[in-house]
Amino acid sequence: MIGVLNLQGGVVEHLDHLERLGIPCIPVKDPADFCRLSGLIIPGGESTCMSRLMRIFGIEEVILREFKRGMKIWGTCAGTILLAKSIVGEPTYLGLIDIEIERNSFGSQLDSFVSEACIPQVAPHLLPLTFIRAPKITRAGEGVNVLLRMEDYIAAAESPDVLVTVFHPELTGCVAFHRYFAKKCGFDPLDQKSIPAIDPAWNSKSWTRQTRITRS
Amino acid sequence: MDVTNVEQATIAEEAGAVAVMALERVPADIRKQGGVARMSDPAMILEIKKAVSIPVMAKARIGHFVEAQILESLKIDYIDESEVLTPADEESHIDKTKFSIPFVCGCRNLGEALRRIAEGAAMIRTKGEAGTGNVVEAVRHIRTVNREIRQLVGMPVEEVTGYAKANGMPYELALQVRALERLPVVNFAAGGIATPADAALMMQLGCDGIFVGSGIFKSNNPALRARAIVKATAYYNDPAKVLEASMGLGEAMPGLEIAEIPPGQLLAGRGW
Repeated sequence: MIGVLNLQGGVVEHLDHLERLGIPCIPVKDPADFCRLSGLIIPGGESTCMSRLMRIFGIEEVILREFKRGMKIWGTCAGTILLAKSIVGEPTYLGLIDIEIERNSFGSQLDSFVSEACIPQVAPHLLPLTFIRAPKITRAGEGVNVLLRMEDYIAAAESPDVLVTVFHPELTGCVAFHRYFAKKCGFDPLDQKSIPAIDPAWNSKSWTRQTRITRS
Repeated sequence: MDVTNVEQATIAEEAGAVAVMALERVPADIRKQGGVARMSDPAMILEIKKAVSIPVMAKARIGHFVEAQILESLKIDYIDESEVLTPADEESHIDKTKFSIPFVCGCRNLGEALRRIAEGAAMIRTKGEAGTGNVVEAVRHIRTVNREIRQLVGMPVEEVTGYAKANGMPYELALQVRALERLPVVNFAAGGIATPADAALMMQLGCDGIFVGSGIFKSNNPALRARAIVKATAYYNDPAKVLEASMGLGEAMPGLEIAEIPPGQLLAGRGW
């Protein structure tokens, strides 16, 4: 089972993508929900809000405990901030991957943008990328594999147990990253033939469906 | 959360708010002081923007597209085209498709929500009755939206044309709602939320998030109440946690009975 941390942020979008790949998944927010998860997605949203709630309700220690047990974690956008070992100008939260990150590195909502890139480890074709008030990974430490470098920053990276993307694969029709993470968690997701990575018929469930985001 | 200065914005951010609404006066004060309520001073909005890392929203008057242009130039994150301010245009709302910045707009029913979406709103909220600390109107509005969605979902497609016409709904959007069985955008609760229980009530009624205006900084312990409302919003369907959030908060903002407000001073009727 893959859980999506359901305190705030883009939860339904991640669940939608996992469901399309035939991966069993649930929203999680109570400590008991986390045992037996093979993987956890910490979605995009507001990292200050999520970190506060994680502390108040003892979710932080549960995540750390389950991570030690072997649960893999993927953070998108705000989730990446929560997972970073170092945050520019702020104390860290979970600190589970040796990267340095800078919050709101592009500016306001108006500086959000879409782009595309090729990440051979993830998929053999171009991947659509959506950046919303995104952070930048400014440094990756030893043992961290950089998956995507753009201009002056790192946009995606991974360690054996943690995947981080500063953009939002769940806000595009593309399931390549979800497939990649599911495999990391030991699942056998539906393959490219049954669920194409970019499905033209996909109808966004996201709030961003009516939001105009410019191309970079 | 509505905030009027840097100190309040910091309290809201600390409490776990996902965004702040920068305002010169909260709705309760606008209601009390009367006069024309306009967009806030951009310098004040900018100060708040500098003080927090969470998104900053600000309000423009209904139909006042130049106030919206100013707010977009200021590079805040979202604009609320709001009935809490005095409308600048009594016939037309802002053409929001001309902007890159996402807008949120109020609604009392599904027709109003879909008209705003047709004009380019990226998010919807209930109007409720702002500045009253009385949740009754917000409940009425979300129940109305939900009921109309259920009606659309339950009807054969040939009946949608007449239903959409009678309820002022753009037809294509009515079809979209029927297929999705919900609004095609996020829908927040706003207008009268004053307690953690109010927040959890609106979430259980199907809202995706909560706007708290006067409810926090008109109460006698804003920091505590802000945190409690955040908790209750996140764990809205867990009564034990909402109970925990509701304990020992001190006094809520003084509430207003809707029937005691002179009809001319009701805000929800603004907008078309």
